[in-house]
Amino acid sequence: MQQANPSQPTRVIARHPGAHLAWIGKGFLLLLAVLAIIVLVRSFFDNPQLFIQIVISGLQLGFVYALIALGYTMVYGIVRLINFAHGDVFMVGAFVSYFAVSYFNLHLWPTVVFPGIPVGVAVVIGSITVILLSMIVCAMMAAVIERVAYRPLRTAPRITALITAIGVSFFLEYFGALNFVFTARFIPYQRPFSVVTWYIKDGIHLVVAGQAAPIGSITFSNIAIIIMVASILMQVALQFLVRRTKTGKAMRATAFDKQTAQLMGINADQVISITFAIGAALAGMGGVLYAIAYPSINTLMGILPGLKAFVAAVLGGIGSIPGAFVGALIMGQAESLTAGYISTPMRDAIAFSILIIVLLVRPTGIFGEPEGEKA
Amino acid sequence: MEMNPFSLVISIVKIVAVLAWLYGLLRVMGHASKWVKIAGIIAAFGIIQLAISLPLGGGFTILNDFDTGLLFQACTMAMVALGLNLIYGFNGQFSLGQWGFYGLGAYAAADITFRWTRGDASGLLVAGLGVILVGLVILGLNRYLQRYRSLPVLSAFTLFLIGTVIAATVALVIGAPLGRMLSPLFGTSNSPGLLSSDLVLQVVFVLAVLIAGVFAAEVSFLFGLPVLSLGSDYFGIATLGFTIVVNTLMVNTDTILPFPEMKGGRGMVGIPQLTTWFWAFVFLILVLVVMRNLIHSSTGRAIMAVREDETAAKAMGIDVASHKLLSFVIGSLFAGIGGGVYAHYIGFLSPGTFDFITGFNPLIIIVFGGLGSMTGTLVATFGWIFFLEGLLRVVLGYLGPEAPTWRFVLYPITLLLVMLLRPQGLLGKVEWGFLHPPAAKQRKPEPPAIQPGPVEATPVAR
Repeated sequence: MQQANPSQPTRVIARHPGAHLAWIGKGFLLLLAVLAIIVLVRSFFDNPQLFIQIVISGLQLGFVYALIALGYTMVYGIVRLINFAHGDVFMVGAFVSYFAVSYFNLHLWPTVVFPGIPVGVAVVIGSITVILLSMIVCAMMAAVIERVAYRPLRTAPRITALITAIGVSFFLEYFGALNFVFTARFIPYQRPFSVVTWYIKDGIHLVVAGQAAPIGSITFSNIAIIIMVASILMQVALQFLVRRTKTGKAMRATAFDKQTAQLMGINADQVISITFAIGAALAGMGGVLYAIAYPSINTLMGILPGLKAFVAAVLGGIGSIPGAFVGALIMGQAESLTAGYISTPMRDAIAFSILIIVLLVRPTGIFGEPEGEKA
Repeated sequence: MEMNPFSLVISIVKIVAVLAWLYGLLRVMGHASKWVKIAGIIAAFGIIQLAISLPLGGGFTILNDFDTGLLFQACTMAMVALGLNLIYGFNGQFSLGQWGFYGLGAYAAADITFRWTRGDASGLLVAGLGVILVGLVILGLNRYLQRYRSLPVLSAFTLFLIGTVIAATVALVIGAPLGRMLSPLFGTSNSPGLLSSDLVLQVVFVLAVLIAGVFAAEVSFLFGLPVLSLGSDYFGIATLGFTIVVNTLMVNTDTILPFPEMKGGRGMVGIPQLTTWFWAFVFLILVLVVMRNLIHSSTGRAIMAVREDETAAKAMGIDVASHKLLSFVIGSLFAGIGGGVYAHYIGFLSPGTFDFITGFNPLIIIVFGGLGSMTGTLVATFGWIFFLEGLLRVVLGYLGPEAPTWRFVLYPITLLLVMLLRPQGLLGKVEWGFLHPPAAKQRKPEPPAIQPGPVEATPVAR
């Protein structure tokens, strides 16, 4: 009679029947990944210009999503609330800048106040003023929303806060859609500065207004660059804020353990308000830049970008700031590649499929830390 | 609808009357005698039917077409909300995918009857055969895979997926030619064939609804198997993604999916209107009975134990994963049935009805009514539909063209107020009549009231 083999693998299999079949699932995922890579590589070699063009537009979208996603991830990290109203804060940001530009000509104030100022400097200062105004209004609005709608529910079951967030979101959308507020129509957005497009073909050239770029060239615009630069700047600033300042320390402490943080003398309510305000300011900025890039605004415009940004935050690992950034870039690429190569309406479906697959492989997202205990 | 104080009073009276009717229905269904129950259900149906069809002179009835529509809507919505309450309220899995399953059911059932009335039985045959075969494959594989307890979820999912694809292909290969062979039986539009009488149509309708329900349940099995292993919020997001994916596919039924008759984003027209509120009522009663019996069975207690504490449930020998899956599948079955009934009322389906924004409605309803309370769900559904569609419409009637927008301004405010004032839901844990735990079980000392969901227990001030 043979003695049972005491070697490790056999025992594991005996105790966990079926564990050796893990290759089926991994193989399935691998197959999907290989297929996706084959499709991408083939489309790259078919038409490299088109591919790069699509990637550039995906980057533009991704960096806007990153701005919104940062707010989602910070708020979720601290209060564990999916703040559905965040996308509507983004919408409000776009509308504030619309009114500032179209009704009050705020972007022209430097030329009015200092008549001799060079045009370029005036445009830059004026645009920055518009963006700052949107950010401030959004931050204040988010702080008010937090105070009125979320703070009274701090101790209530989490689902009530979620429903409240949905309610706030509905309220902003439909209150904004009333005729005396913003109206429900799509409104053409007047840009504070004009969009300039360049094309790359044997060097960088300016696209003359009214003319199309030559076939086979890659075009990019100043707004794409502005979005990328602004998004990266905000990312760096936020990292600095969270990692290096006292407020950031308080935020991290509150996110880690609210009760203990309060015992250490941190005003958790204030920290949460600040978090909401910062997130909303970033979303407001995103709203302005998005409206400049896609100049048609509507009170329901925040729903889908907000949702995508939220998905991006989850994809990157919710609660992690670099994660939100990376997730947003992935979302932007996924969306624009799908729109370019498969079909435009399918882009939402693909984006969510990627989310589901990533969550299956890494349940806490790409940068997320594994959850120790139940929240 | 014109605004006057009279119509305002009328709509409030209607809400109260409907809720009283619901209370009476549940009370009489809770009667010990089987015959009283059946008589009570028939009487409850009769009362409403009388109110709908009894002429008061001048073409007026107690409940006009609009109210009947609301009743119908409330009945289908109640099925969806009950299903979601099973998933979230009783099993604690935060799902936003219910609306997707509702839409799947609606489109599946609509396609079957749509094809049938145009002399094409292949819809019914392929769908029916497919549903049965896939069901058999899933059940068989499930039994077979029980022996591999530690099979990774993804591997199990892959196996189920392969099995489903094979079964669906077989159904397509067998069903489609069979449908073509049967089509002479229908005759043409000029000379109706043997199988196009009203009675047969009603049978086909019921079959289509059941098939649609099972179809939704099977999809939910395949989807839930891997996704339920995620944590609560992540599961919610993944199911939200499901709703959005389904909605996107609905918009692309004619371009990406091979269903030109669904007409993509323009909406599916020409679905036979095979139902009045009768079938919605019948299916609601069915769903109610199934759900109540499930909840008060040992399986139901296991489902609730999973909600309370997964670790403790596991320690008691409950298979947590399969109970989560079970409640998810049954909840989706209810949603699919609700959708199937809904599709045949106005004969028009639009993807806009099934977008994820509207998909929050069932969630709002069950939180309103109280998580883990079937009565709460019912009351909240009927109250919500009659409030939002009836009362608010009347109140805002004189605001002119902006009324629909005002409705959605006042609705979130109501929502916020209810959430701030009564976070545990309107009815909390109250159950009426029929939905009470059976008397025999009540003699044992009951554990203290159970708190809902993955949610922390909050002291309820008394």
